[in-house]
Amino acid sequence: MLKINNLHASINEKEILKGINLEVKPGEVHAIMGPNGAGKSTLSSVIAGREDYEVSEGEIILDDEDIIELAPEERAHKGIFLSFQYPVEIPGVTVTNFIKSAINETRKAKGLEEMPAKDLLKTIREKSELLEIDRKFLSRSLNEGFSGGEKKRNEIFQMAMLEPKLAILDETDSGLDIDALRIVANGVNKLKSEDNAVIVITHYQRLLDYIVPDFVHVLHDGKIVKSGGKELALELEEKGYDWIKNS
Amino acid sequence: MALNLDEMELKDKLVSSFLAFENNASIDLDSSIHDIRTKAINNFETQGFPTKKDEEWKYTSLRSVLNHDYSIFPKASSNIDLSDVKKYFVHGIESYKLVFIDGVFNSFLSDATHDGLDICVMSSALSKPKYKMIVDNYFNTIAKEDQSLANLNTAFSKEGAFINIPKNTVVPKAIQILNFSTGTEKELLVQPRNLVIVGENSHVQIIERHQNLSESNVTLTNSVTEIFVHKRGIVDYYKVQNDTENASLIDSTFVSQKQDSIASVHTFSFGGKLTRNNLEFYHEGEHITSNLNGLSIIGGKQLVDNHTLVHHKHPNCESHELYKGIFDDKSNGVFNGKVVVEKEAQKTNAFQQNNNILIGDSAAINAKPQLEIFADDVKCSHGCTIGQLDESALFYMQQRGISKENAKALLMYAFANEALDHVKVPALKQKINQIIAKKLNVDLEFDL
Repeated sequence: MLKINNLHASINEKEILKGINLEVKPGEVHAIMGPNGAGKSTLSSVIAGREDYEVSEGEIILDDEDIIELAPEERAHKGIFLSFQYPVEIPGVTVTNFIKSAINETRKAKGLEEMPAKDLLKTIREKSELLEIDRKFLSRSLNEGFSGGEKKRNEIFQMAMLEPKLAILDETDSGLDIDALRIVANGVNKLKSEDNAVIVITHYQRLLDYIVPDFVHVLHDGKIVKSGGKELALELEEKGYDWIKNS
Repeated sequence: MALNLDEMELKDKLVSSFLAFENNASIDLDSSIHDIRTKAINNFETQGFPTKKDEEWKYTSLRSVLNHDYSIFPKASSNIDLSDVKKYFVHGIESYKLVFIDGVFNSFLSDATHDGLDICVMSSALSKPKYKMIVDNYFNTIAKEDQSLANLNTAFSKEGAFINIPKNTVVPKAIQILNFSTGTEKELLVQPRNLVIVGENSHVQIIERHQNLSESNVTLTNSVTEIFVHKRGIVDYYKVQNDTENASLIDSTFVSQKQDSIASVHTFSFGGKLTRNNLEFYHEGEHITSNLNGLSIIGGKQLVDNHTLVHHKHPNCESHELYKGIFDDKSNGVFNGKVVVEKEAQKTNAFQQNNNILIGDSAAINAKPQLEIFADDVKCSHGCTIGQLDESALFYMQQRGISKENAKALLMYAFANEALDHVKVPALKQKINQIIAKKLNVDLEFDL
């Protein structure tokens, strides 16, 4: 599904990613771990197409197509979803109206009609129940005044609505208490299927107790320095990142 | 220096029309009103129209607006059908209505009252003996004599809204003042004159709109409104300015507040060739609150100039100003916010914020805060931002599949929407919201 070959990316002339190789197949869950400053968030931003980053070398292949030249919205239309570490507040635009715009633009890009309001309401109801989101919450301005946990839950709610092929969860566990963490992880697990894939980016092992990865990769100084199964996460937790840095 | 002949011609025409105006005015001339008008025309004759040499008009040239052969007296009042103008009213609410067509009151489209309160017209206030005391006490007492356009309005003052709310009255319905110009005159100058008196403990909501109904004909409106708010009175005044490319508006609104009163004036400037809002607040007591909110969304070669003054004379008062603007194409914005805090006005809180987004390559904003503070125990702040749209917010929305163009529109919508927080008439809020969404090409007609 996703194949990243020798990816180099920089921002303001500073190279952050220094040759990333990664392959994600349908049905898989990958975890990318690493210390602060390793380039985890840069990797997720570059996959999603943030224009501040310059890709100097390498390719990102999604379903046999190099997507490097595509705009963020075009990548989204092809099924890439990034759950933000810091979701942006947009006063004056309700959660519902925002998701309606997102869904209908994606459908339009695929040559589909707008989703009828009735179906949209039905889907919203289903998915908000899945994430235990209060209906009142959906009429509020997007992320405005939301707690950290509400913001993250809202991200996963949008993911549930958009049904992406590849979901990247960037530090989704930060700012979550244990109950919220369980709800969010439960939502992600229910959305998981044989046809889609998830990349979990996290500093700590905690989230991986709930979203169990098939593969764990350790990112350090812009490169994947170690890959393994889910037990690698536990080992990291135990030994700390110095173990990687020093090895 | 060459004189601008057109402006001279218009000035001469106005001055020489004054006698004819007074003779033709179908109202009984009270000698005190006659004296006020005569003094005003003399002032105007001396002052002339403002030019860019005047400090207060440095960024706004009236030249292209004055360069017309305006009719000062519309020949006949033409009639219009309600169906033609319905869309300019705020629907879905009970309201009093005062409708003026080419400067002439239209009783058919209006819904005035004298039942316990006066919501009627200036011409009757100026001519009927029962209003003489009110007129003597209030009329032209706060409009500034050093402002030539206010003088011009006073000289030709004859018609407009007269709203007199006695004490202890919460006016149950909003009042809509609508001024239409029909285009029967190719180039028309109208000068509405409004007087609003809010008695002690009373509360009133007013919505004002000027609309040119003709696409090709030119209208210049030079409007003056005087508002008096007595102890603990509350007034919410909304000005919706979304006129055609051939319509210009110079609005001068003067507010005098007594202790514990709250006065809010909101200007929503979305259209018109030139819109100038002169908004002046004078405090005549303690514990007064003044709110000034403005939102401009313009493009083309339009200009919106917001000139505000809050004069703090007494202790423990506050003023809040929030002006936001989105300027596209070659449009121009001016914000001049003057706050005076006199020596006696200790414990004043005066806040001023002016946030702008420039999206047109040739759009410009001139912002000038002017704080003159003579008291030492005050909290005063001002802030001005001129920016582009937030890149991380754009990326966030694009990531969800929203095109950059639509993401920009949504962000501007969100930016503008904040200015509606203080609109207390839900139907009006919805209407303005729709105007904004249409202007920014945002479709958000969906809610749970």
